[in-house]
Amino acid sequence: MLTRKDLLGIKELSVEEINLILDTAAGFKDVLGRDIKKVPTLRGRTAVNLFFEPSTRTRTSFELAAKRLSTDVINFSVPTSSVVKGESLIDTALTVQALGADFIIIRHSSSGVPYLLAKKLKASVINAGDGTNEHPTQALLDAFTIREKKGKIKGLKIAIVGDIAHSRVAKSNIYCLKKLGAKVRLIGPPTLIPNEIKGMGIDIFYNMEAGLKDVDVLMTLRIQMERQGKGFFPSIEEYSRNWGLTSERLSLAKNDAVVMHPGPMNRGIEITSEIADGPNSLILDQVTNGLAVRMAIMYLLEGVKR
Amino acid sequence: MTKELMNKNDIDRALIRMAHEIIEKNKGTGKLCLVGIQRGGVHLAKRLASKIKLIEKKDIPVGSLDIAFYRDDLNIRKEQPIVRRTEIPFEVTDLKIILVDDVLFTGRSIRAAMDALIDMGRPASIQLAVLIDRGHRELPIKADYVGKNIPTALSETVEVNLVEEGVEDKVILEKAGKE
Repeated sequence: MLTRKDLLGIKELSVEEINLILDTAAGFKDVLGRDIKKVPTLRGRTAVNLFFEPSTRTRTSFELAAKRLSTDVINFSVPTSSVVKGESLIDTALTVQALGADFIIIRHSSSGVPYLLAKKLKASVINAGDGTNEHPTQALLDAFTIREKKGKIKGLKIAIVGDIAHSRVAKSNIYCLKKLGAKVRLIGPPTLIPNEIKGMGIDIFYNMEAGLKDVDVLMTLRIQMERQGKGFFPSIEEYSRNWGLTSERLSLAKNDAVVMHPGPMNRGIEITSEIADGPNSLILDQVTNGLAVRMAIMYLLEGVKR
Repeated sequence: MTKELMNKNDIDRALIRMAHEIIEKNKGTGKLCLVGIQRGGVHLAKRLASKIKLIEKKDIPVGSLDIAFYRDDLNIRKEQPIVRRTEIPFEVTDLKIILVDDVLFTGRSIRAAMDALIDMGRPASIQLAVLIDRGHRELPIKADYVGKNIPTALSETVEVNLVEEGVEDKVILEKAGKE
């Protein structure tokens, strides 16, 4: 049973809560396969997308998830160029709440913002990505996708490849997959694997070929172009040569290994088009499942309020 | 205080009679399907289907329906209902659906189930079969096939135990004042 008002991070979720979300999402996935892809479950509720950082898939996914639950959605456009100070951020959120929002879905470049809002607001706050901290709904939809394809998560060898240090997706996934009993390993250049992760019971590989051996699931991360020229790696070309996922490299993993990417992809850099569009790719399943998982989260959070 | 209302044999006889009534009223099994409401209703729908098969030598499709997304008591209940699978492996449009549930009480579950079915298509008709009708309707809903009518007080609870859930077949009335 879920007793919390907000979904802020995977770190504080119990295994039971994660499984409840995934099981509930399976029910919503059924709904998405029907002719009428909408249920009246959360009729009369209002959700507000408060995105302080650019996003297409996450925002659209939340918007559609809310609509499929018969919840009204407002996309609050926040000028991405202006620096939003602490006070005005809370004021913005309070204003949105005063308009009658039941859910506030927030993305912000500063880690911890959703936690701050959750304390100040009566509405349910859902973290859609905060700085380099967490992106819990992405991790949950990834877990759902793996479970759907592999039938389980426990015991699977799952590799996360790329810029772990700056990735909230990686962080949420590490928490989530570890809790669910997967054997998680990280692959990437030493400059992009943070020291804190060492000692968390995670294998670290600085060599792509060695890391891919016998892997069941491969999650590649987007290489953030803005990191180029900051000393993390010499050049995009060199990154791609060492850490890019190619067919030759994929052949080192298990035969039935699946490939995931949170998007947006840099085709030809961290992943080749051949793999992204190939039979092992779950990238589009991730997008579809994201809808079902976000519906489940809104449904479960709404059930515990008041 | 608890009281046994039906035992294994009572339940079986009631289901056999209901199977006969379903066939009689629908003049056979043409275009007929059974949809059980999670969870008790699903087991009863499967049992009814096998009784009908014994009588008519015909298989009729059976589906299961979860009504969590159509309930009207979200926010009122202490905890969210667990969402179970809805599996209706056939097109409902133009079929005669026999909706099956264990206990008919306020009628709100049936309202939710009808809304869910109608979102899946346009059935020719929806009929209702329940093992127990305990009264206290809050909506204008009436069962077409009833295993047993049991007058109850609002404070009492009716529990249908089925072997499919790992317990002995039995219907129990729990009196008020006893948890």
